[in-house]
Amino acid sequence: MQFMLLFSRQGKLRLQKWYVAHPDKLKKKITRELITTILARKPKMSSFLEWKDLKVVYKRYASLYFCCAIEQKDNELLTLEIIHRYVELLDKYFGSVCELDIIFNFEKAYFILDELLLGGEIQETSKKNVLKAIAAQDLLQEVSYGDTSIEL
Amino acid sequence: MNPSDHGFNPAFNMAAIKQVINEAVERVRMPTPMRLRDLIRQIRAARTAAEERAVINKECAYIRSTFREEDSVWRCRNIAKLLYIHMLGYPAHFGQLECLKLIASQRFTDKRIGYLGAMLLLDERQDVHLLITNCLKNDLNSSTQFVVGLALCTLGAIASPEMSRDLASEVERLMKSPNAYIRKKAALCAFRIICKVPELMEIFLPATRSLLSEKNHGVLITGVTLITEMCENSPDTLSHFKKIVPNLVRILKNLILAGYSPEHDVSGVSDPFLQVKILRLLRILGKNDAEASEAMNDILAQVATNTETSKNVGNTILYETVLSIMDIKSESGLRVLAVNILGRFLLNNDKNIRYVALNTLLKTVYIDTSAVQRHRSTILECLKDPDVSIRRRALELSFALVNSNNIRTMMKELLVFLDKADPEFKAQCSSSIVLSAERFSPNKRWHLDTLLKVLVAAGNYVRDDVVSCTIQLVSESTSQQGYIVEQLWHALEQDTMDRQPLTQVATWCIGEYGDLLLYGPSASEDNAIRITEDDVIAVYQRLLWSTQNTIITKQYALLSLTKLSTRFHAGNGKICQIIDTFGSHLHIELQQRGVEFSQLFRKYEHLRPALLERMPPLETARPTGANNPAAVTNGETSEDLDATGDEGNLLIDGRKGFGESEAHDSNALLVLLGGADSVENDVTHQKEPSKPASTDNQDLLDLLGGLDLNSSAPVPVAVQNNNNILHNTNQSSNFLVDGLLNNEPVTKNLPSITAYEKNGLKIVFLLERLPENPNMTVITMSATNETLNPMSEFLFQAAVPKTFQLQMLSPSSTVLAPADQVTQVLRITNPNKTALRMRIRVSYSAGGTTIQDQAEVNNFPPESWQ
Repeated sequence: MQFMLLFSRQGKLRLQKWYVAHPDKLKKKITRELITTILARKPKMSSFLEWKDLKVVYKRYASLYFCCAIEQKDNELLTLEIIHRYVELLDKYFGSVCELDIIFNFEKAYFILDELLLGGEIQETSKKNVLKAIAAQDLLQEVSYGDTSIEL
Repeated sequence: MNPSDHGFNPAFNMAAIKQVINEAVERVRMPTPMRLRDLIRQIRAARTAAEERAVINKECAYIRSTFREEDSVWRCRNIAKLLYIHMLGYPAHFGQLECLKLIASQRFTDKRIGYLGAMLLLDERQDVHLLITNCLKNDLNSSTQFVVGLALCTLGAIASPEMSRDLASEVERLMKSPNAYIRKKAALCAFRIICKVPELMEIFLPATRSLLSEKNHGVLITGVTLITEMCENSPDTLSHFKKIVPNLVRILKNLILAGYSPEHDVSGVSDPFLQVKILRLLRILGKNDAEASEAMNDILAQVATNTETSKNVGNTILYETVLSIMDIKSESGLRVLAVNILGRFLLNNDKNIRYVALNTLLKTVYIDTSAVQRHRSTILECLKDPDVSIRRRALELSFALVNSNNIRTMMKELLVFLDKADPEFKAQCSSSIVLSAERFSPNKRWHLDTLLKVLVAAGNYVRDDVVSCTIQLVSESTSQQGYIVEQLWHALEQDTMDRQPLTQVATWCIGEYGDLLLYGPSASEDNAIRITEDDVIAVYQRLLWSTQNTIITKQYALLSLTKLSTRFHAGNGKICQIIDTFGSHLHIELQQRGVEFSQLFRKYEHLRPALLERMPPLETARPTGANNPAAVTNGETSEDLDATGDEGNLLIDGRKGFGESEAHDSNALLVLLGGADSVENDVTHQKEPSKPASTDNQDLLDLLGGLDLNSSAPVPVAVQNNNNILHNTNQSSNFLVDGLLNNEPVTKNLPSITAYEKNGLKIVFLLERLPENPNMTVITMSATNETLNPMSEFLFQAAVPKTFQLQMLSPSSTVLAPADQVTQVLRITNPNKTALRMRIRVSYSAGGTTIQDQAEVNNFPPESWQ
């Protein structure tokens, strides 16, 4: 996978994870163009688009679009499953997740993604294990100095 | 702070105590900064963009001041806020160093946010890498698994080649860790390191194989991913891993036969993620290997028949299975099964599944056409799909399926499609129809009818080559001229403003064969009413005076009308009158024609009949004619998987699109610096593997060869020959992009040849042989505009003798600014290794005129085909 973007129906970026090195300017350009392209697509269209030399897979969950750019050799149907798995994890973690959860706790959303994927490849196929790792780290964060006033 | 709390801290030491004391002091000194959630609320409350900017600017200024004052208590909160601001698109690079300070802190919260910030704010291009390499090295040795995990995750995300080299041994050590959580992350880190620096593969090899004997799915899947990457990278490793086929088959078998396991179940399928990865690795191991393929036939059949297909997840696995069956040397029965799965996919309600089916069929069609032919009607149905990408795939596939048996029915459907198609499809589709018709038309009459229908249906979207093809065909088919001129007349009688190409063909034909139209034997009986000369003149008058028709169309019409004056029996007074009005036309070319043609009715009246005689049949052979069935136009980018496989596609993909801008940058750099060290090193690095293959007497390669050897010296030959330089930069940028995007093994290079040079258009062929496919020659055509005017609608076509197969990919552009370049990749399969010959045709518009030319290329060096 080359990158993953989460954005709202209004076109606001909610999360971006890049597994390829691009200059900031290019990242912004790609993000902008992809958001516009995807928002303009009609619901009856497939979840895949060929964009430049990338395969882009996207899926909408409520008001959020999840969008992944993958390599030519990657399985686009499986990418849909990966997106779905991520949504399930967010849902379990936040308890019926909504866009606001991801806005106000964006760092948590990144942490969860980083336990599911590493370097753009899936690292854990058990939901339980991902959530266990996250919970343990959250705990470690709380006890690291036992000082709850250091809240973000 | 309660000292007893320290007991929880796993990293409790003197540094931690110092940090606590310092922070306690600072907290008294510094005011508490705004919380992250409060900032987000404030930003969201902003009514206008200006208001939002004001909030953010204020906060950024504050955050900068805390950074200056080295506030370590609130650093992680401030960085978190900065990351949010960064996501909104504001600059946040000033937080980079602060992230490193967070990473160096003892507190887990700091590390977690610090690493997150590092992944977001730095990427492999940053200079702070030396610093972060040290932080990572420390944390990779931490006793807390989650600290090691964070470090591995970050390394996987932002590893640069230098970091990869520095930390590879640490990662290798962690791959052998007793902790599965660390092992799986280390395996993926190794995967990323190999992507960046393939030479590092060897140190990971011993630790890799044992990953497959795991029970833990996380370690298994990352292990399979790592092995896949290794196998794709080196043929030696590929053969080394052939022996794991039975292990993989066993793992897969256990997955599909084992009972329900809640932990890895997805809608009734056991760990689809792992299944797909294993299927893909099996595909790579079984490719071109009968023995390995034999070992996996059974399991593939089992997966293909036993997988539950009501949900996306089942189809995901089936899709991957089909790809594997098609790629390995599988039994024929299995292949039929695979194509039938795709046939079922085409009928699926889920558009995503229809899409992948078409894509896969397109790759398969050249391997097993007859199996795909069975699903022809379903594929034609997909031409009506609401999704444009499904339509595009279906169209490509339809053209791949056309043959002399089905051409009539296929063309009927495709013409219906052309008629209703979106503009973006019309040009490509009409050119493809013309090509198919040329290759497979059952007879002249049908061929002419088809071309006429294309001109009507595609209107102004028809490319110029269709106009000339049609005219040529009419000119050749002496027996059909009466018929076609009548058909064209009926088309012309209607309003044809939006069909300029049709009007051009029609006026040309009526001008030549007008006597057949008016006085010849009527071709169709139902048309009892004879057309009169006045009817014809009235239509021409409309054409010539309408402001909607282009100048080129009017040129056709004016010449045609003049020709008609010798075909008509009655008076020419009216014709002469119309022509005279052009004597004062604003357009100089038309005016000149008007004046000159007028003279033919006066001073040179006696010359007119002889001058305006019917053209003899045009004899120029069409380069894309029926005797060259391998010819393909630019528009048709049917993927020939048979000849090239996945790697071939990747190679090409690396060259276009995304990487393009980087390639351009490096082009410019190379030209400007003429070999400054940094750029040169890149080139050297990418070129090295191919060096032994290049022969010394090839001047082009010598230029680069010189670069390789003395990479610190400036290039003395840089200005010797402009074209060579241009070409070289282009070549090296290709390699740069290749290296960046897919680490493709570098191909054997041959010298380039100049295929065409005329009117300021220069076409150079860069030749390459792929080591893994000795029958194939890859030609990168680059056309350079050496004039001072832009060239538009640039179209390059090529044809080769029957014994070759030619595949052309899309050109990089159709517009050539002055000194600009267009590149296009051609792949030629030459199974007989006969001398390579090629006929090329170029067409483009420059300064308002369309230029068409063709040439033979037979100066291919013997190394390119022997």
